Amino acid sequence: MVSLQLPLSTINNKIFSHFNPKPASCLCRVGNRSRAFPCNKYSIFRGGEGTITTATAEEERLLPDELRPELMPKHVAVIMDGNGRWARQRNLPTSFGHRAGVRALTDLIDLCCKWGIRVLTVFAFSTENWLRPKLEVDILMSLFEMVLKEELKILMRQDVRISVIGDSKKLPKSLQKLKTEVEDTTKNNSGLQLIIAISFSGQYDIVQACKSIVEKTKDGVIQPNDITEAVIEQELETNCTKFPHPDLLIRTSGEQRISNFLLWQLAYTELAFVKSLWPDFGKADFVDALCEFQQRKRRYGGRDS
Amino acid sequence: MAQELEMENSNEGTLQRLFQRLVAMMSGFLQWLFFTVLSVGPIPNHIAFIMDGNRRYAKSQKLGPGAGHKAGFSSLISILESCYKIGVKYVTVYAFSIDNFKRDPIEVQSIMDLMLEKIDELLKEESIVSSHGIRINFFGNLELLSEPVRMAVAKAMVETAKNTNVVLSVCVAYTSTNEIVHAVQESCREKIAQALLNSKFNCEMRDFERGYNTLSKVDCSITLEDLERHMYLAECPDPDLLIRTSGETRLSNFLLWQTTFCYLHVLDALWPEVSPWWLGWVILHYQRAKPYIDKRMKVL
Repeated sequence: MVSLQLPLSTINNKIFSHFNPKPASCLCRVGNRSRAFPCNKYSIFRGGEGTITTATAEEERLLPDELRPELMPKHVAVIMDGNGRWARQRNLPTSFGHRAGVRALTDLIDLCCKWGIRVLTVFAFSTENWLRPKLEVDILMSLFEMVLKEELKILMRQDVRISVIGDSKKLPKSLQKLKTEVEDTTKNNSGLQLIIAISFSGQYDIVQACKSIVEKTKDGVIQPNDITEAVIEQELETNCTKFPHPDLLIRTSGEQRISNFLLWQLAYTELAFVKSLWPDFGKADFVDALCEFQQRKRRYGGRDS
Repeated sequence: MAQELEMENSNEGTLQRLFQRLVAMMSGFLQWLFFTVLSVGPIPNHIAFIMDGNRRYAKSQKLGPGAGHKAGFSSLISILESCYKIGVKYVTVYAFSIDNFKRDPIEVQSIMDLMLEKIDELLKEESIVSSHGIRINFFGNLELLSEPVRMAVAKAMVETAKNTNVVLSVCVAYTSTNEIVHAVQESCREKIAQALLNSKFNCEMRDFERGYNTLSKVDCSITLEDLERHMYLAECPDPDLLIRTSGETRLSNFLLWQTTFCYLHVLDALWPEVSPWWLGWVILHYQRAKPYIDKRMKVL
């Protein structure tokens, strides 16, 4: 049950400093196989021979030693699962879990910007989530508005372009307006593209694509026989990016399901199921998932040469 | 002397056979016990398999070309048998993707030949299909298959149509995106046909001549249900569990629409190495995850 003990506006980082997410483990569990990654904690100490120095901003932008720049994914998608459980483990209201989740997200955005990932898609709110208790849904909608407003300046400085996908007709009017403003303000940014999926599902995406295709067949613009994968692809909401297909999907909290996220686009995506709850997902978990990704051989149905 | 030696060898052979039979019986008993314990918990109604790793298996065992896929087929029969024993009603397997046509033509041809050979075997009286009442469906863009394979596939579907115990869906010349394209095309054709019918019925000849422009949006809007009706696997429920072998953690364009809420499990074992024990192990994991999945689904 969600209970509001504090109005959202008074929730700030000072409160959350007492509930800092604990350090994430370095294990990535997939199926019945759990494997500790052959990656050491990345060295933040680089310097001349025999010297130890703290990392400068320049050095921190460098990838960890375990990661090869040429094998970095262009598009990473994340199912941010586990906020509710994180809060329950600490006997806190669910809203605290969502707020802690926002911190994890901003940290991830930082890393993606630094490590040259081109697109980050996050599953913030699915079409199924509308069935959650109204109070929780209202809290989430307010949280989205607050976070978009609070983080916009920082994201502008980071040259992040924001796109919001999903059925915006169901969103509160104020959030719809904010969505348009944020997309407009950041449209010329050329750094990381952050795609936030709100009121979205993979099946919804395909159905809405089909509706526009049907309109075109109705108007005689195309015939049913002319409908191809490329035609459908153009109508999907991920047509807002040059890299619509995620290379890597990360789902936190140990659940091994797609839960109706980015259905079409995940055809050849490498999946990584991480045990950490989303607020606990940190740099170590992300490096582990990227390590795992870089070791995989992607054949797309063909054969290794 | 020679006779004594022969008798000794013969005794040893008999003993060995007896021992092997005993081991097989014990293994069978233990397996039966394992499955009985499993059946106390929830059993997935529909399991989908991505049968990956046949060629790597052949390479690791130093087998000839095509042997990996033959071993893979034996594994499929063994898993099918286990699914029948455990009570799984629907089994779907990813036999051949449209992307696989990109492979070496000799390999593609050998897989097609194997399919012909095995379909023939399965339709025989003494096969598992008859004894266990298995209905076989083939789903995919079957137009891409050669005529002999298309005919064999059609024959298998007709001859097993009356079986009702287990439904085996074999996805061949299949990708999920191709399935969705097919569903969209069919839905569009249905909507256009419906629209024409409405126009004729209302005797609005001017509308009919102008085309479809006067039709209301309601007449032609596509829904989720429209698409689902035209999916290849429309007659099967969505999979509860999807298992991919050989350690790869991706869907490879398999059942993207149907696995939205499915529990996904990856096994390191290559497909020909998968035994009923592995299947039971995965079902145990599924049973552990199911209460939480059910809890989330109740909210929906």
